[in-house]
Amino acid sequence: MDRARGVILLFASLLVFWLVLSGTAASDVVLVGIAAAAVIAMAFAGNLSFLAEFRATPSAVVAAFLYVGYFAKELVKANLAVARIVTSPALPLNPGFVKVRTRLKSRVGRALLANSITLTPGTLTVEMEGEWLYIHWVSVESPEVEAATAAIVAGFEHYLEAMYG
Amino acid sequence: MLDLVGAFLLLAGTVFLLLGGLGLVRMPDLFTRIQAGTKATTLGTLLSLGGIACLRPDWALKLAVIGLFVLFTNPLSSQVLARAAHRIGTAKAPETAIDRLAEDKGEA
Repeated sequence: MDRARGVILLFASLLVFWLVLSGTAASDVVLVGIAAAAVIAMAFAGNLSFLAEFRATPSAVVAAFLYVGYFAKELVKANLAVARIVTSPALPLNPGFVKVRTRLKSRVGRALLANSITLTPGTLTVEMEGEWLYIHWVSVESPEVEAATAAIVAGFEHYLEAMYG
Repeated sequence: MLDLVGAFLLLAGTVFLLLGGLGLVRMPDLFTRIQAGTKATTLGTLLSLGGIACLRPDWALKLAVIGLFVLFTNPLSSQVLARAAHRIGTAKAPETAIDRLAEDKGEA
């Protein structure tokens, strides 16, 4: 069942990409797209896709939209923060590697969390080991696991937990 | 009107890309340079794509797909580069206050 769901989701998303990129609805183009998407979907069904472990519930969908909004806000904040550091003559840095913990169980959820952290204020995911993430932080506010987790992980985790568990 | 919005978005995007370039020059070590590179270029690229979408609305869908690919691949490549750099022991800036990763690997 899980495999069938994975194949169908992968097939559908590949086909949508194909149609968007080719930009035409001519029957030969669409047929080639269907064939290619079907072969790839069968071959790679076991691999991760960001839809694969998504909980298809209304609250998960709401969380997904809130997550996108929160992410956009954090992305802008991250850029302004980096811009401030780069343009200030003193170059105010206090870099370090901190360790944080995530409550997320899903592999896709963890992958999205790591990517989100990389794109937001002065933090870069360097290594993941199970529930532990090692983060390079441009201006370390606290080296302790609990405080660093609250500062870096908690915001995204709140939404991703509702989406993936 | 749409032309004006597009031109403004393009300008804002290039400003962020410029700041990213400045970051690459000014930051003291590889990890902080990756930080400057990842963030500024992501927003800079997205704003530029948005600006082009305003100028050429018929391209908007394809530009949105390109933006999506940037959002997914940019942090991933940065993370893998940083991990590889840390594993081979690339020099860290002297200001680096703490390194929990090296501690946990028993290198500190």
